[in-house]
Amino acid sequence: MSGLPPRLQSILDDLSFFPERTERIQALISLADRYSAPDRPKPYPEEHRVPGCESEAFVWVETDSDGGLVIDFAVENPQGISAMAMGVILGDALRGEPPAMAARIPEEIVYEIFGRELSMGKSMGLMGMVRVTKFLAGRLAGRG
Amino acid sequence: MTSIETRGYVNAEILVSTDWVAENLNSPNVRIVESNEDPLLYVSGHIPGAVEIDWTRDLNDPVRRDYIDPEAFRALCSRLGITPETTVVFYGDRSNWWATYALWVFTLFGHTNVKLMDGGRLKWEKEGRTLTRETPSLTPSDYPSVQRDDQSNRAFREDVLRHLQSEGKLIDVRSPQEFTGERLHMPEYPNEGALRGGHIPGARSVPWAKAVNPEDGTFRSAEELRALYLEEAGVQPNEDIVVYCRIGERSSHTWFVLKHLLGFEQVRNYDGSWTEWGNSVGVPIER
Repeated sequence: MSGLPPRLQSILDDLSFFPERTERIQALISLADRYSAPDRPKPYPEEHRVPGCESEAFVWVETDSDGGLVIDFAVENPQGISAMAMGVILGDALRGEPPAMAARIPEEIVYEIFGRELSMGKSMGLMGMVRVTKFLAGRLAGRG
Repeated sequence: MTSIETRGYVNAEILVSTDWVAENLNSPNVRIVESNEDPLLYVSGHIPGAVEIDWTRDLNDPVRRDYIDPEAFRALCSRLGITPETTVVFYGDRSNWWATYALWVFTLFGHTNVKLMDGGRLKWEKEGRTLTRETPSLTPSDYPSVQRDDQSNRAFREDVLRHLQSEGKLIDVRSPQEFTGERLHMPEYPNEGALRGGHIPGARSVPWAKAVNPEDGTFRSAEELRALYLEEAGVQPNEDIVVYCRIGERSSHTWFVLKHLLGFEQVRNYDGSWTEWGNSVGVPIER
């Protein structure tokens, strides 16, 4: 994959150092461990819910005063470890980037990160997080 | 939820409570096995002493669409320190979808000394019980090679066609939208997996989730299950039943309910399910 946001490319490069599945999983869990729920009032509005994500993920895509992206993910299901890792990755990769940069992230990035041995349900939930982020960032880019 | 013993199941011994598991963490003849949909979940924390069986990596043949062969099953059990005498207790995420799937595969190999933890991982976590990231240290065993029995609890496409000809009963455990053909996939899932939508002619629609209490994933009482399957769906314990879903995981959950909790004599899981039937040329489909 080319043309990815630099920090996302860096995360993929880091993960590529772990050819063993167990090591990659440990690295992803370390990312998930960094997840913390955003400081936003509950219940989260339904318009921020990621469709198809059974981990009950919610996303907010906004810009800071410099026009850079600020992305918050909330994962309501405590068993949604993969969704937490994905939220941390997307939040880190796109922080401060122009909204148009989000369009460069293909949904198939999920397989680059988690591997191909995902169930359909799991892969679609994670792809949904990417899809909604791209959609909301694209809307911000359109306004700009 | 009431205790398992008071719920009226035919084979109540196969279902164990979180309390039972907590009391048997160190039992030498018990191996606790976690099977999940989320590949990160086990490593992020599991019941102390539990091992993981991954539904894709450990149970499926890496090339053909089939389950592992006797040698791979022997190697899997030996690696996990399981002997034919070991009581294997399964639990997992998604209301035990993948746990019942693993239990069903163990049944194909004749390992019937199995149990399922009622409520699965969700209930264990909700009760605030201990989870650990510590990998258990295992002493490998020497599990014998056992032939897989694909007749008693598993149905293939040709079996289902014969079942149809003899007017046998089927239960479709997918969502109502998948059953009617409105969707070719689970709600919010991709529109892929099958070229045709609908259901196998004559199948009754009983979505798998109706068998569990949504708040903690425990199974409903036998009385509630009988109302669901015998009265609403019109199937009887002495009938030959085939269950199916999309790839056979949700239907292994219903197989467990019918076979063990309600004591149906002949229940087979058609694991080819809709991803095979909905792509097969010339097979009958109803909408």
